[in-house]
Amino acid sequence: MPLTLFEKIWNSHRIIEGENQPDLIYIDRIFLHERTGSFALKSLKERGLSVKNPKHVFATMDHIIDTFPGRGDETLMPGGKKFITTMRYLAKEFNITLFDIDDPRHGISHLISAEQGITLPGSIVTCPDSHTCTLGALGAIGWGVGSSDCEHALATTTLSGIKPKQMKVTFNGKLNEGVNPKDMMLHLIEKYSASGGSGYAIEFSGDTIHMMPIENRFTLCNMAVEFSAFTGIIAPDQKVFKYLKDRPYSPTNNWSENIKHWKCLASDDNAVFDKYIEINASDIYPSVTWGLSPEESIPINGKIPRANNLTNHEKNKDMASTLEYMGLKNGQSLMGLPIDAAFIGSCTNARLTDLRSAAKILKNNKISPNIKAICTPGSADVKKQAEQEGIDKIFKDAGFQWREPGCSLCFYAGGEGFLPQQRVITSTNRNFRGRQGNGVRSHLASPVTVAASAIAGKIVPPQTITKQ
Amino acid sequence: MNWSSAFKGVTAPLLIDNIDTDQIIPSREMKTISKKGLKKGLFANWQYVYAKRKKIGLNKDFILNKKEFSHSSILLSGKNFGCGSSREHAVWALIDFGIKVVIAESFGRIFKNNCARNGLLTIELTRMQIEYINKLIKKSTNNNLIEIHLRRKIVITPDNKKFAFNIDPFVMGILLKGQDFIENTLLKERVIDSFLKKDKIKRSWAHL
Ligand code: SF4
Repeated sequence: MPLTLFEKIWNSHRIIEGENQPDLIYIDRIFLHERTGSFALKSLKERGLSVKNPKHVFATMDHIIDTFPGRGDETLMPGGKKFITTMRYLAKEFNITLFDIDDPRHGISHLISAEQGITLPGSIVTCPDSHTCTLGALGAIGWGVGSSDCEHALATTTLSGIKPKQMKVTFNGKLNEGVNPKDMMLHLIEKYSASGGSGYAIEFSGDTIHMMPIENRFTLCNMAVEFSAFTGIIAPDQKVFKYLKDRPYSPTNNWSENIKHWKCLASDDNAVFDKYIEINASDIYPSVTWGLSPEESIPINGKIPRANNLTNHEKNKDMASTLEYMGLKNGQSLMGLPIDAAFIGSCTNARLTDLRSAAKILKNNKISPNIKAICTPGSADVKKQAEQEGIDKIFKDAGFQWREPGCSLCFYAGGEGFLPQQRVITSTNRNFRGRQGNGVRSHLASPVTVAASAIAGKIVPPQTITKQ
Repeated sequence: MNWSSAFKGVTAPLLIDNIDTDQIIPSREMKTISKKGLKKGLFANWQYVYAKRKKIGLNKDFILNKKEFSHSSILLSGKNFGCGSSREHAVWALIDFGIKVVIAESFGRIFKNNCARNGLLTIELTRMQIEYINKLIKKSTNNNLIEIHLRRKIVITPDNKKFAFNIDPFVMGILLKGQDFIENTLLKERVIDSFLKKDKIKRSWAHL
């Protein structure tokens, strides 16, 4: 029977086939962070259970730690230090490799799991974090779970789950100027709704994806969860193999043998998917969200839809409260809307490619004097490489704060946040109510749109600056 | 929770689509490494009135703050309930408040699993059925009791209509037997180990 890429990996990890029940699936790697990993380990310890294979378990500190230069365990989040020290203590107790705050391998879990060669093509990785799907860019299944399932994986090296339905999303053609993978995902989610991928594992394919550098593919897969998908995956190619060669935890023996194996990781030509979506790359424009869900986005030169175009009564009410929260009106255009702050960071858009492309725009420019702009590189390695290339200097000269790696202002945990009613343009993945601080109005966009808007002091597409 | 007999509870309608786990409990409300006491943070953005980030009181208009709904044990919502962040605190906060069942058109995947692991029942009904119940409750807030029969897989509305639902038999088994999920798998350790032994040879690159 012809199989999809996802099915091939899933089947090769199936220990017990559940009839009318979930399958029991072997999990290759488990990644933890201090926010939810600490819970899982603590609960495991309280139950007197052990970690079955600590060699395959890794941990980092990313969610709660501060990103101010010179940071330590102290963090602005009330009670936050406890998460950090508990994680450290339990990692040691369970013999788990921890990339602690000062470790040169430290960073946001989904970035360093790739950077360190911990996630490999054809493997299944889990993390008690919904953006684990990011790792699908390497041809792996990234399986985001909650704390209880994570505990299950730690204790048994398995997860139980029903195989999701299969969806193929194809992007073909050349991307328009200024269009970033973030815009591709905002476009997809806007068109097919934030729950459009619910119940599916999504394979991204098409020539737009083939041509795309590996770092950009992470952005695509990262946003699969905003589409409510089980995960996102891309068939691994030479770019992936090259990316993984000589990474610290990549296999050292029989490299060419491994590649031979990994090369088979593609959907069969006649594999049948449950759903197909095809998107013409030329239909996508630099986009920005106006509402409180990633599905509420428009091309920057577009207009917010009018509520009376929507038929559902409840949705209209919902929309009115969304617009009130966002300080916007029906039918309003976002182009030129003044902003108070700009943020470049997160597991979506804080890789070297993202920082490089933002730096291109920021070079020899200054951000608007009225706004606060912050950049947190996704990992210590990204930060180091960016500094070697002088990117930090470009950001700082433009007026950006250049921070330490971490999740930072991607979400407000009671620590650092923007202020109520401040309008923020952000390279992150969630524009939920209060996500970046109580009452904060977040507009998701690509890092180049964020950089251009920071200079303009208002929402503008990236071309506005490059054309000057 | 004993699911082997019928369960009847006050149902609070919160008919908004895409209620994400950040709304169910915002990050700032998850201050300790404990599953208890989280109801204070449940729907915090709606539960309280704020001035300059500070809570200054309860939001009287929020459904769970209303007298008729303050003892709700069933929540009725729209599409994609519990999407977003994987935080299991969303489930613990609901449980801490007293919620035993969430009925929605669909659920975020991780949230739904988290519910199953913690004995919270999730039920999917169609939009029409949900709006039907919503209307009934809105018409007369005293008419807010819903009955649930897990074994028979039916929801009985306040006006005695029966809506059938589907549930994963595995989850149903676990809920009915009150089984521990991890221990259940640990019983299969022998099978897991023999898989591992073969896998180490077949995919040696995947083993550190
Ligand atoms: S950067 Fe944001 S989305 Fe990514 S793992 Fe951290 S908090 Fe989650």
